[in-house]
Amino acid sequence: MKNNAVEIDRLTVRRGGRPVLDGLSAAVGAATVTGLLGPSGCGKTTLMRAVLGVQRIEAGSVRVLGQPAGSRPLRDRVACMPQRASVYADLSVRENLRYFAAMLGLGHGAVVRALAEVHLESSADTLVARLSGGQQARVSLATALLGQPELLILDEPTVGLDPLLRQDLWQLFRRLADQGTTLLVSSHVMDEASRCDQLLLLRAGRLLATGTPSAIRERTGQEDLEQAFIRLVDQPGNETAVRA
Amino acid sequence: MSARRTFATSRRVLAQLRHDPRTVVLLLLVPCILITILRYVFEDQPDTFGRIGAPVLVLFPFTVMFVVTSIATLRERSSGTLERLLTMPTGKLDLIAGYALAFGLLAVAQGVLAASLTLGPLGLSVQADAFWLIVVVVATGLLGMALGLFVSAFAATEFQAVQFLPVVVLPQVLICGLLVPRSQMAGWLDVLSRVLPLSYAVQAMTHVTTGDLDGVFVKDLLLIAGSAVVALGLGALTLRRRTA
Repeated sequence: MKNNAVEIDRLTVRRGGRPVLDGLSAAVGAATVTGLLGPSGCGKTTLMRAVLGVQRIEAGSVRVLGQPAGSRPLRDRVACMPQRASVYADLSVRENLRYFAAMLGLGHGAVVRALAEVHLESSADTLVARLSGGQQARVSLATALLGQPELLILDEPTVGLDPLLRQDLWQLFRRLADQGTTLLVSSHVMDEASRCDQLLLLRAGRLLATGTPSAIRERTGQEDLEQAFIRLVDQPGNETAVRA
Repeated sequence: MSARRTFATSRRVLAQLRHDPRTVVLLLLVPCILITILRYVFEDQPDTFGRIGAPVLVLFPFTVMFVVTSIATLRERSSGTLERLLTMPTGKLDLIAGYALAFGLLAVAQGVLAASLTLGPLGLSVQADAFWLIVVVVATGLLGMALGLFVSAFAATEFQAVQFLPVVVLPQVLICGLLVPRSQMAGWLDVLSRVLPLSYAVQAMTHVTTGDLDGVFVKDLLLIAGSAVVALGLGALTLRRRTA
């Protein structure tokens, strides 16, 4: 892919002496929905934190939209929805969004738009602590959407959501990508993997495979993506990255 | 640093307090209740209350603001909102100044209330103008706030944060000159008390009681304010965009 929103080059992150990411290189194409998949503990969240620029890294480089990850010019072009809601539980939805909008230099319009995108208008004046887990996740997503970022990093955005809402959010992700936003989405759910333009499969801090869902299906000879991944992850000799 | 982000932050902190009226009531009433108890402890010794009432008064806002601020800041760190804010174009000083402004407002309300009660119904009289008593009380409350903000960086849990109260506050109470004049303590404690800011608050209050608003009093006030500013600056340094 010529036009990459994210370029990761031999990235190594150590925590407690143990490598969490081990010389990982990968790229995320601009205006794509890129799925980040892998068993839990394989380094997905750490990789996303590195792209966001909040992870202390040991070696290698991460460039985002042509700049070093986390650098000042990126702070209103990249947004993230972390795994935890990371909003103020003791404020209402609207108060949360109004505050984060102010930090981005935005006003009322951005708040109204973000509320509508995640369908939370009717809960706007409810305290976040009183919302369900799924609603809290949507407040967090709305916060990430406020600044209409060029790169959206979403760490398991659909966990705990009902199928209808999940479908709705994936339609939103698709629409954003069509409008030119790059989305890096981690997920456990394989039917979500098939909705991505590009997949990055991680195992034990290394990139195991990358490619479009159909290329990965083809390579493994498995129609079902879940089976394809189990096959890739299970192959013990599969230490070097497979480019499907 | 931007005024807009600073004000947005203090508005947000005040909104959180508005949703938690019990905390506000406790903040405002606890110093009043404690000073009232002290007054009746010295029921038969009004002279003693007249001599130490004002110096003891500074301890209460100092302690209360210390605890409240350290917990509030710790919550910001542990909920993930701090990390989210630091991925935005938020200046560290915007956050610190926003917190200082919001809690400073509270310290003013608390100080005015406690001082009015002490000088009015509780019948404490000081030689200096009552205005200066309020100034010292509020300044010490702000100092407690700034120290709380700073030490919260060293606490990973609420349990640890609460432990900083006996660690940081109580030793200062013991050696600030309230129990025994500092010159009569062991030499090394006298030296220690010179570098701990609460000593200067107590000393300033002694000056307010006797009415000697001389150069030493001005120096005491500047030392309290200076320590608060230094603690806030150190607090800003503990906000890290990149973590392990």
